[in-house]
Amino acid sequence: MCGIAGLIHKGMTGDVGKEMTSMLQALKHRGPDSTGFALYGTPDTSHYVMRFKVAEQDDLKTGFRIHHQIRERKAQVDERLAELGATVEHEDEPTEYAYRYIFSFDGDLKRLADYVEDIEGAEILSIGNALELVKDLGDATTVSSQYALGGFVGTHGIGHTRMATESDVDIRSAHPYWAYPFKDVSVVHNGQLTNYWTSRRELERRGHRFMSNCDSELIAVYIANQIDHGNDLEEAMSRSIHELDGVFTYLVATSDSLGMAKDVMAAKPMVLYESDSFIALASEEVAIRSVFPHEIDTSDPYEGEVRVWKS
Amino acid sequence: MEELNQEHESHRMGMHTEQLAGRTQQVFFESEAAENLASPDSFDVDFNKRTEIDVADMDPMAVNLKIRELMGQGYGTIVVRNPGAKHSLGVGILNRLQLYFEGSLGYFGCGLIDGPNVRISGRVGWSFAENMLSGTVIIEKNAGSTFGAAIRGGDLVCKGDVGARTGIDMKGGTIIVGGRTGAFSGFMMQRGRMVVLGDAGTNLGDSMYDGTIYVGGKIAGLGVDAVEGEMTDLDAQWLKRKLAIYGLEAPRGAENMTKIVSGKQLWNYDNLEPTEKKLVL
Repeated sequence: MCGIAGLIHKGMTGDVGKEMTSMLQALKHRGPDSTGFALYGTPDTSHYVMRFKVAEQDDLKTGFRIHHQIRERKAQVDERLAELGATVEHEDEPTEYAYRYIFSFDGDLKRLADYVEDIEGAEILSIGNALELVKDLGDATTVSSQYALGGFVGTHGIGHTRMATESDVDIRSAHPYWAYPFKDVSVVHNGQLTNYWTSRRELERRGHRFMSNCDSELIAVYIANQIDHGNDLEEAMSRSIHELDGVFTYLVATSDSLGMAKDVMAAKPMVLYESDSFIALASEEVAIRSVFPHEIDTSDPYEGEVRVWKS
Repeated sequence: MEELNQEHESHRMGMHTEQLAGRTQQVFFESEAAENLASPDSFDVDFNKRTEIDVADMDPMAVNLKIRELMGQGYGTIVVRNPGAKHSLGVGILNRLQLYFEGSLGYFGCGLIDGPNVRISGRVGWSFAENMLSGTVIIEKNAGSTFGAAIRGGDLVCKGDVGARTGIDMKGGTIIVGGRTGAFSGFMMQRGRMVVLGDAGTNLGDSMYDGTIYVGGKIAGLGVDAVEGEMTDLDAQWLKRKLAIYGLEAPRGAENMTKIVSGKQLWNYDNLEPTEKKLVL
């Protein structure tokens, strides 16, 4: 059992950071191990925002040497970005092990991502013109406060509260997943994929990379592969209903869209609230009600259903 | 205890066309024995004694204990304001009671109830009225999946749309859905009736042992061993009477609804003993 949530303001921006924190905190009982946010601001096509980490939170407990290693790894990231011609214009360090860079770059994003992730312990959580992906151990309030997400203003976001079942409790296995190497694409998932290894091997043969052993990462890579083959988001998600095996409900976000897909057995929950200006989805209505305390009309999407909304 | 398989009035009226087979026993409720069925811990309540509670700042356990406390004080009509889609509200009420929720409930609401008449002005989440034994529940808006799972009696009515697996494992009673229902509705249904005025999703009535499903709209697909049955005048009359109670109507007329029953061809309907089965198979 995990909790997923998403929201999108249509034609306007809103307090997405605060709203997502509230929704995910209401889903804490579905997954207390880690919490993740993929928040979308107004796209700035002249710059990329990159969120990355160079160690796990738990690594800090392993000894004094890790602090030195973290500094070394960060220096290597800086060096490699410069080598590829990326100009870092702003740096934030919300935690000792996770960073936020704003940089300009006109080269190949995949090459950049591969080169950075070649550094020991380095993992890019997201790259995009609008996307900022944050995930860490703890509940929504803890992670939101740690990364100062409360003031984030944007158009939409998705998030996840994780109860670890088939892989470790660490940032690597936490959601959302960035659909490497495509900018601004992220995924959260509630369920289990039963053709994970078969599909993973097939996607790896096509050159896609996996950073964890979490089955949910497969959806992000699957969507990335579909986009790579020229499908739009809705087409990619519709194909996934038949090609991914198991029980799942997942949300995908791009720079201007929010999508939802549910497996053919409708085995995992999702509640939908739609108004003219706002869409909210969550594993439980109580999460939506944390943003809309008054009475609202909600419904359950049906089996095999795919929906996409634009901001 | 009556003889097993004895004909009852409802049988003579043609209300139960299903015939249970195998090891299942067929015993029906005796109205004259109703007093014996009251819970020993039930409260003596007066429907004219009414109260309201605002539960906006209460957790589910506190709300349920409050309802129990009010029943203990003889309140027979309780209005619950601001339920806020909280989970597990109104569960385990083994009492006569008029209970009104002004708003929506979350998951597992009104589970294991025996006797109350419940009305909800909003929506309900997954697994609503699971294992309901008797009473009536009316939901004005939509409901989530596994609606009325394993209910044994009473009328459970949702006037809007309902998610997947409605009436899974139901063992009696009536479920009425005003709108559409999702996949696997009536899965492993054992007895009772389900009425869906709108469309039904795939695998309707999959592996149903018995019971009857009526559908007013389109059926995306039948499940294993679910087959279309013959609609009779008695079916249509029962549907009209039942729906009228809740102010509902079949969009194309009750007589034009599709009736789904068990084909009874699955392995569990054979009469072979395990040792015989080994010989045959």
